[in-house]
Amino acid sequence: MPKVTYIEHNGTEHEIDLPDGWTLMQGATLNGIDGIEGECGGSCGCATCHVYVDEAFLAKLDPPSENEEEMLECTVSPRESNSRLGCQIKVTDALDGIVVRMPEAQS
Amino acid sequence: MAGVVIVGGGQAGFQTADSLRQEGYDGPIAILGEEPHAPYQRPPLSKAYLLGETDRERLKFRPEAIYAERGIDLRTGVRVEAIDRAAKAVTLAGGERLAYGHLVLATGARVRELPVPGADLAGVHSLKTLDDVDAIEAGLAAVERVCVIGAGFIGLEFAAVAHKLGKGVTVLEAAHRVMGRVAAPELSEFVTGLHRAHGVEIVCGAQVSELRGEGGRVTAVACADGRLFDAGLVVVGIGVVPDVALAEAAGLECDNGIAVDGFCRTSDPDIFAAGDCASFDHPFAGKRIRLESVQNAADQGRIVAAAIAGTPRLYDSVPWFWSDQYDVKLQMAGLMDGCDETVVRGDPASGKFSLLHFRQGQFRAVDAISKPADYVQGRKLLEAGLSPTPEQARDTGFKLKDLLG
Repeated sequence: MPKVTYIEHNGTEHEIDLPDGWTLMQGATLNGIDGIEGECGGSCGCATCHVYVDEAFLAKLDPPSENEEEMLECTVSPRESNSRLGCQIKVTDALDGIVVRMPEAQS
Repeated sequence: MAGVVIVGGGQAGFQTADSLRQEGYDGPIAILGEEPHAPYQRPPLSKAYLLGETDRERLKFRPEAIYAERGIDLRTGVRVEAIDRAAKAVTLAGGERLAYGHLVLATGARVRELPVPGADLAGVHSLKTLDDVDAIEAGLAAVERVCVIGAGFIGLEFAAVAHKLGKGVTVLEAAHRVMGRVAAPELSEFVTGLHRAHGVEIVCGAQVSELRGEGGRVTAVACADGRLFDAGLVVVGIGVVPDVALAEAAGLECDNGIAVDGFCRTSDPDIFAAGDCASFDHPFAGKRIRLESVQNAADQGRIVAAAIAGTPRLYDSVPWFWSDQYDVKLQMAGLMDGCDETVVRGDPASGKFSLLHFRQGQFRAVDAISKPADYVQGRKLLEAGLSPTPEQARDTGFKLKDLLG
């Protein structure tokens, strides 16, 4: 199972093994990690699963869809070049070891 | 110490509990849910879950163990029978009493029943809960044709999924157009065309008079004008009514839902209400309304938590909503109520366009059809209280975001 490290805004780290195909959003909410909300149930509709993806893994991700690209303009915390929506990133073995940081606020 | 008792384990109930802890509230919290499941996300039910793209585990807001870890007493499969306001306690079915310091009613809404003969036949479903969808999924396997009664969001989302699963689909709508309660005619027209292009039959002006069956199982839907539609499975999606029974019995003020103020407080200052069951004076609407949406349920849950935690905030969110049908993403923000002018941006025939609705020249709502930029920028304009002129909106060369500075 791919390993994901979530780093909360206060610096708390959580290293989690996620089943293949789960999204970064599901991995956080279903392991009780705060800092990701996912209000719309993971359909790229609310921008409350905003994460900053570690630069080393950014290139391994599929680029954001047009919808994600636009929804990233709705994040409450600032959008950076490594901002993505956690619901749109499914973890696979290729992403094993990925590190994502949570923003200060989601809503 | 009597803490917070939350009646209802849906989006608003869950959010209230979650936000209370995030706000630093450290008293006892209990969630009393009527369904047998831990709180879960409803939106995927009529979409990804039914398509098999996600599973039961992933619908949960949080794993069950988290509730105990955070000192939240999650009780599922329990029904609250009565509120004793004088004693500040609720009575559960079975007689147990639970004292509260603050009570939160997040009782949601109940599906409207189809008032015709045959509505209780096997194979006739509503689509609101996880158990509903599991029953639909189990029934779908054996049928070729399904009939959807009611062309609202739930019915149309189900129609799209059933079509994708290879079923013949007929949608019967009593009104003269689909989504008539919430959508502009231009949007109804587009959505009707979308479904028809996929081969889904949309019939408006259909007054369902009877569900017919054989051996206790539904086989067809009959209309008052004599038309008959074969269906091995029927989904009824004709709206919901706010669940105000407990509140009414307790003498709380109700007005198309449990009446609350801008802090989600009912007529009893120790009792709050949030989500589908609550009606409120919405600053954006300028009048008392009730919303049935994830946005409203989650935002009101946060408002309730803030008030109980001692940092009250006024509820003033601009409403937003979305629906996925086939590959089309429909995103809406604002309120169309009272609008007198609609501007179409882009070409509906392209499948990517938006509708901007104006009331006396003031921008009030946007419907974006696979046009996320217009949704995002329109929502931001509404939140900022900014308005393009209808002429600017009509000009696709005009960028909405230029107004945002």
